[in-house]
Amino acid sequence: MIEIKGVHKSFGDLEVLKGIDLTVKRGEVVSIIGASGSGKSTLLYCINAIESINGGNILVDGVDVHDKNTDKNKLRENLGMVFQQWNSFPHLTVLENAALAPQVVKGFSKEKAEAIAKKELIHVGLGDKLDEYPTKMSGGQQQRLAIARALAMDPPYMLFDEVTSALDPELVGEVLDTLRLLRDDGMTMICVTHEIAFAKEVSDKVAFFHKGLIEEIGTPQEVLDNPQKERTQQFLSKVL
Amino acid sequence: MNLFTPLSWNDTGFILTGILNTVYISVVAIIVGSLLGLLVGFIRAESNKSVNMFLGAFLDILRSVPLIIQLILFTTFIGAMGYPLDPFVAGSIILSLYTMAFMSEVFRSGFDSVPENMVKAARSLGMTYMQTVRYVRVPIGMRAVFPSWLGVALSVIKDSALVSVIGYMELLRTAEQLISRTQQPLMILIGVGLFYFMISYPLSRYGKYVERKMEI
Repeated sequence: MIEIKGVHKSFGDLEVLKGIDLTVKRGEVVSIIGASGSGKSTLLYCINAIESINGGNILVDGVDVHDKNTDKNKLRENLGMVFQQWNSFPHLTVLENAALAPQVVKGFSKEKAEAIAKKELIHVGLGDKLDEYPTKMSGGQQQRLAIARALAMDPPYMLFDEVTSALDPELVGEVLDTLRLLRDDGMTMICVTHEIAFAKEVSDKVAFFHKGLIEEIGTPQEVLDNPQKERTQQFLSKVL
Repeated sequence: MNLFTPLSWNDTGFILTGILNTVYISVVAIIVGSLLGLLVGFIRAESNKSVNMFLGAFLDILRSVPLIIQLILFTTFIGAMGYPLDPFVAGSIILSLYTMAFMSEVFRSGFDSVPENMVKAARSLGMTYMQTVRYVRVPIGMRAVFPSWLGVALSVIKDSALVSVIGYMELLRTAEQLISRTQQPLMILIGVGLFYFMISYPLSRYGKYVERKMEI
């Protein structure tokens, strides 16, 4: 379970998160929507401690993420993250990309790491690309590689930061299909997304962020079909 | 006795020693200079302004003072201090430091060229700072600057001729001795020049080829 309690985060004078409370249970899919600059992505960065926080706390399976005694590298093994940019390692093949972390972080043998990597790559539909270099692949394929690379660490939680935003429109579908696949596997996911229709389809909960606060949260039907708050209605009328 | 004898087969062995010594000191300087340059380049990429200004000033001196002056200054200095060094050792030290000064800038730009997001992605997989350096930043950054690295390495091979001034028997110095004996400067110097060309030209073509390939 991921428990976010009263989290504040500032960049200099700019307060990006102004007290966020959110709980994500195992097996749940939570989508976070909202305008750019509303703090959605920052929250993900705070969950896996890439960014520090200025107040409140975040617990992952009861472990305080921002406690200075917490081993952040150990923690990140449990929180797979995929970014807007796929960030493939250009010097490694597709297989090596996905096998690197199990090998160096978990200390698995090359064979074992590659077996795990291969399984995840096949799962996301890249089984025929194992020996290719990612720079030769499309953005959609590289993003699926990024997903497989994160999955190879066998994390119980996955964080997705606008993973389709940098893709050409015709490539969005294959990545969303991969996310649906994970949902069907029962993966716990937090998805920051601009794909409202997708959020509606896959999410157990949708949170609408506005200026560093959760303006409205509930089931997709509640938030997306029957928004109660005026700001949510305004936002949805613009994007739908 | 005839002091001026024509070139003989014996001289081939003599010249060959010179060639080997040139290769030897160049390889030492390129290896040591690259390793030190990698370290210094990394420190520069990671450091704040004040550390960088201090390091930068030191590197600027190494880069700005002509190599030949550094060589003479260093051997004179250690000689005066009462610790004369073998010309090879003294030459290696100065040539390596000189190489390091240029390599550090090459590697620094290599480290800077690795996108921060790629580092974040590596960290998000649970990799430690050092693992990220070793498996992501060094291999990706160094690949990006390989053509520049090769350029510096080539100029080091050519600059190694200057170590002759402190008495190291590399190619140019063996050639000079041969000239003073045979009085055939033209042929010998053309031969020496040709040797440098034969090493430098193919490598610089290769560097251009890699550069072109990376642009695609």
